[in-house]
Amino acid sequence: MEIVQPAMAGTLESSDCQVTVEPGNNGIEFNLESVVINQFGNQIKKVVMETLKNMEVSQVKISIVDKGALDCTIKARVEGALFRSVGQFDHLPWGGAVR
Amino acid sequence: MMNPEKKRLRRTMMFLNAQKPGLIKDPYIYKPDSIMLDLEDAVAENQKDAARFSLYHALKEINYHGCERVVRINALDTPYWKEDIRCAVAGGCDSIRIPKTERAEDVKLVEEAVAAAEKEFNISQGRTLIMAAIESARGVMKVLEICESSERLFGIALSGGDYTKDLQTRITGTGVELMGARQHMIIAARAAGVQCFDTVYTNLDDMEGFRKEVESIHLMGFDGKSIINPRQISIVHEIFTPTVKDIIFAEKVVKEIDDKKAKGIGVFTVDGKMIDIAFYDGAIRTIYMAKASGVYKGDL
Repeated sequence: MEIVQPAMAGTLESSDCQVTVEPGNNGIEFNLESVVINQFGNQIKKVVMETLKNMEVSQVKISIVDKGALDCTIKARVEGALFRSVGQFDHLPWGGAVR
Repeated sequence: MMNPEKKRLRRTMMFLNAQKPGLIKDPYIYKPDSIMLDLEDAVAENQKDAARFSLYHALKEINYHGCERVVRINALDTPYWKEDIRCAVAGGCDSIRIPKTERAEDVKLVEEAVAAAEKEFNISQGRTLIMAAIESARGVMKVLEICESSERLFGIALSGGDYTKDLQTRITGTGVELMGARQHMIIAARAAGVQCFDTVYTNLDDMEGFRKEVESIHLMGFDGKSIINPRQISIVHEIFTPTVKDIIFAEKVVKEIDDKKAKGIGVFTVDGKMIDIAFYDGAIRTIYMAKASGVYKGDL
């Protein structure tokens, strides 16, 4: 998937995270702010990288502001931002790239 | 073969906004019988897409500890409902709730989309059940045909807010404005052999009023109630769970009817009350409810 335009998904509410993606040309540029960065920073990064890999995204600037989101929420917000970026809202690959 | 989940215990069905991770991550701790993950009214128009991703991963990854997972899709006159169904079925939801149901064809449309999604995502055919929300005067008038429209349909639910708007009245707290719809719906549901659920009670500051309403709909024959807050669960479960006295009496009725039938006796008394075969199904249902609620210790 090629990131077409900047997009955002998620909120700054507790247990959520806000993900912003922008087109990039230096591989994956990852930025994280989290209330639990010391305990879960590596795990959050791992989930984000896996999700990007599943979506075949290799060039992106991605920023996460995490408010204690579970892994399933992080995945959901990353995917939400990516599909918004390419403007796809139907015929989504549930169980395929979205997994 | 009928999906056995059609008849499962559904005393409480708790609404949760599928877009809110804080709400959907652990509602099972309150032990509702069902949770209803909402893609419709609770989700803002510009968040419909994001809510689906949240729903999909919650269904896939959160262990809801046996709570039934119902997904309320967007209405059939919106551009969202087909993708809602693909997402919910792919995630492995237990049931789809159709809002604003007004005719049998609405259920059949959803049934076709659910069957197609089960095929697409390798879910066993027939696993995903359907329920229909009745939210208009037309829906109430067509409720029997809705109840009989699909083998997947396990029940119907009244949505009081929209219904009273359509009726040009309002929720008063007395129940008078919902009386006709409630009566009509429970009769149709029983005639069709499906379950029937009451609307939400939105005044969380009036727990006494809530209790009275639950007692009333329980006596009318409803199977359960839609709820909006965990505080409402224990009251519904208490009222819908048979008391020890009810259970002991039901056991006596079942055993005595079985015994007397063998002896050719049709009418007799139990604890001073006249009993005949007409009491049998009610007593069996009490035992079933006691078993399903986990309070039955007997041997029937």
